[in-house]
Amino acid sequence: MTQARTHVSAEPELAIRVRGLRKSFGDVVALDGVDLDVPPGTVLGLLGPNGAGKTTAVRVMATLLRPDAGEISVAGLDVVREAAAVRERIGLAGQYAAIDENLTGLENLVMVGRLYGASRAAATARGHELLQRFDLVDAAGRPAKTYSGGMRRRLDLAAALVAKPPVLFLDEPTTGLDPRSRLDLWTTIEELVGEGRTVLLTTQYLDEADRLADTIAVIDHGRVIAQGTPDELKDRVGGERLEVRLSSAGQAADAVRALAAISDEPPHCEGDTVTVGVRRRNGMIVEAVRRLDDAGVGVDDIALRRPTLDDVFLSLTGHAAESTDDGDEQKERT
Amino acid sequence: MSRLITDTLIVAERNLVRLTRAPDLLLAFTVQPIMFVLLFVYVFGGAILVPDFYGSYVMFLLPGIIVQNIAFGGFVTALGLNEDLSKGLIDRFRSLPMARAAVLAGRTLSDVVTNTLSVLVLLVTGLIIGFSFDASPFEVLAGFALLLLFGYAFSWIFALLGLVVTSPEAANSLGFIAVFPLTFISSAFVPVESMPAALQWFAEINPFTLVVDAMRHLWVGAPAGNAVWGAVVWSLVIIAVFAPLAVSRYRRAAGH
Ligand SMILES: Nc1ncnc2c1ncn2[C@@H]1O[C@H](COP(=O)(O)OP(=O)(O)OP(=O)(O)O)[C@@H](O)[C@H]1O
Ligand SMILES: [Mg+2]
Repeated sequence: MTQARTHVSAEPELAIRVRGLRKSFGDVVALDGVDLDVPPGTVLGLLGPNGAGKTTAVRVMATLLRPDAGEISVAGLDVVREAAAVRERIGLAGQYAAIDENLTGLENLVMVGRLYGASRAAATARGHELLQRFDLVDAAGRPAKTYSGGMRRRLDLAAALVAKPPVLFLDEPTTGLDPRSRLDLWTTIEELVGEGRTVLLTTQYLDEADRLADTIAVIDHGRVIAQGTPDELKDRVGGERLEVRLSSAGQAADAVRALAAISDEPPHCEGDTVTVGVRRRNGMIVEAVRRLDDAGVGVDDIALRRPTLDDVFLSLTGHAAESTDDGDEQKERT
Repeated sequence: MSRLITDTLIVAERNLVRLTRAPDLLLAFTVQPIMFVLLFVYVFGGAILVPDFYGSYVMFLLPGIIVQNIAFGGFVTALGLNEDLSKGLIDRFRSLPMARAAVLAGRTLSDVVTNTLSVLVLLVTGLIIGFSFDASPFEVLAGFALLLLFGYAFSWIFALLGLVVTSPEAANSLGFIAVFPLTFISSAFVPVESMPAALQWFAEINPFTLVVDAMRHLWVGAPAGNAVWGAVVWSLVIIAVFAPLAVSRYRRAAGH
C-alpha cells in the first residue's frame, strides 16, 4: 500500500485538478460535473461500474477528448489550451491495449520513443530497458500478435512509460487478466508510484482500488458520489458482508428480521439471498445461524465475504451498481 | 514542419514493416494484379477490338490496368486506418506529442511505396507478354510520376473511407462498389466507342478515362489532346478535396 507523500512546500501544486467536468455524447450525459484532486506522487482510483464515465474522464484528462465544460489541469497545464505540452508529460494505457500487433515488442516501443522525438538509438536503448523491466525480453523480437493478454497489457504499459512521464493514466489496467498477472501488474504499478509518479487508474474492482489507491473516487452516472481513502470508504460500506442463501425465498422477511440485530444497517434482500454488513468476523456465522434457527428459517448456505463494488454502491446509493451502457454484454479485452 | 516530416516517415516505416509481417497483403500487390493482366489478355484479349494503332490488346490494356490497379492501392490505407482506430492505436498516437497530420500523411506515403512496387510488377509482366514502350525515357518517367500522383490522390479518398466506415469488411465492399464501376466504365479495358451511348457519355467524363488516355499518350504515343494536364489537375483536385475531409474526419473520429 502506497503512502501519500507529504510535501515540503506549503502548497504543493496538484498533479491533476478537475473542476466541473462535463461531457455529453448527443443525448448521453457521460460526465455530469466531476471534481477531482490528485496530489503529486499519489494514486487516485476512479471506481465505477460499466458506463459510469471512467474512460470518458480519462480521455478528457489525456487530451483525447475536448470537455464540454470544466477546468482540467494536468501537471499544472490546461488540457485544452496547453494540450501539446500536457502530452509531453503524460503516459496513457487505455482500456484496450493499444499496440501494433504486427510489430514486435521492441519495434512498438521504438516507434513510440521516436514519436516522442528521441533518436532511433536512444529509443532502442529505452525500449530494451523497458522490455527488461516488464519481463518481455524473451518475446522482444516476436510480433505482438503472438503475445498473451497479460503480455499485451505489459507492453502497453511499457509504451506509456517510454518518455518517463510524471503523470500516468491507466484505464482498467487489470481487467481481463488472470489472478497471477493481475498481482504482477499491481506490483509494477506500486513500483511506478514508488518512483514518484502520479497515477490515475480506473477500475471496477474495490479490492484493486483498495490495494493501489491513496484516494478513491466512486463514480456513477457521470458523478462522483463518494471520495475518500480506502479505509474511509470501507467504513462507510461497513466491512465484510454476511451472505445467507435461504432454503425458501418465502422466508426472506423472517430472515431480515432475525439478522437486523447483528448489523447497524438493514439487511438487503434479493431473491433467496440476504446480505448484511458486519463489523467483526469472529463468531458471526455461528451467531447468525443461531438467530436464523431460532426464527425457524431454513438455510442452504452461509458465508462471509469481502465487500465488493456492488456493496459500495448499495450502501452509497441504495441500489446495486448497474451498467448504464445500452448493451450489457461483457466488453472484450486487449 | 520538420517534426511533421520525421513523424510521417516514422509512421510510414511502421506501415511498411507491418506489410512484410502480413505476407497475404503482399500477395495482393503482386500476384493478384499479374493474374488480372493474364486473364484479360488471354481470356478477353482475342474478343476485344482495339484501334489498329495499338497493334495488340496488351499494348492497349497495360496502361489501363495499371491505372485501375493503382486506384485500388489505397485500400491498404482504408483497412489500416480502420484497424488502428478500432484497436485504439489512434488514441495512443493522439496522446503522444507528435505532429497531428503525421498519421494520415504517413499512411498515404506508405501507399506510394507499395504502389511503386505493384506498378513495377505489372510493368515487368506486361513487358514479358508483349508490351513495349513507344516513348522517350522522359515520357516513361513522366508516366510513372503521373501514376504515383493519381494513386496518392486515391489514397486520400480511401483514408476518408477507412475513417467513416465501422469495419474493415465495410471498407472493402464500399471501396469495390465505388471503384469497380468507375474503372470499368472508362477507356481502361475497352475502347469507349464500343459502349452503349449512356455509358459512353459517362466514360468520357470519367477521370479514369483521362488518366488512362494520358498514360497511353506518355507510354505508347497515343494521341491524347490535353489528357496529361487534365489527369494532373484531376489528381490535384482530388487531393485538395479529400485530404482536408480526411483530416477533419480523423479529428472527429478520434473524439473531438
Ligand atoms: N464516443 C461515444 N459516443 C457516444 N456515447 C459514448 C461515447 N463514449 C462513451 N459514451 C457513453 O458515455 C457513457 C460513459 O462511458 P465510458 O466509456 O466513459 O464508461 P466507463 O465507465 O469507462 O465504462 P466501462 O467500465 O464499460 O469501460 C456511456 O453511457 C457510454 O455509452
Ligand atoms: Mg471504460
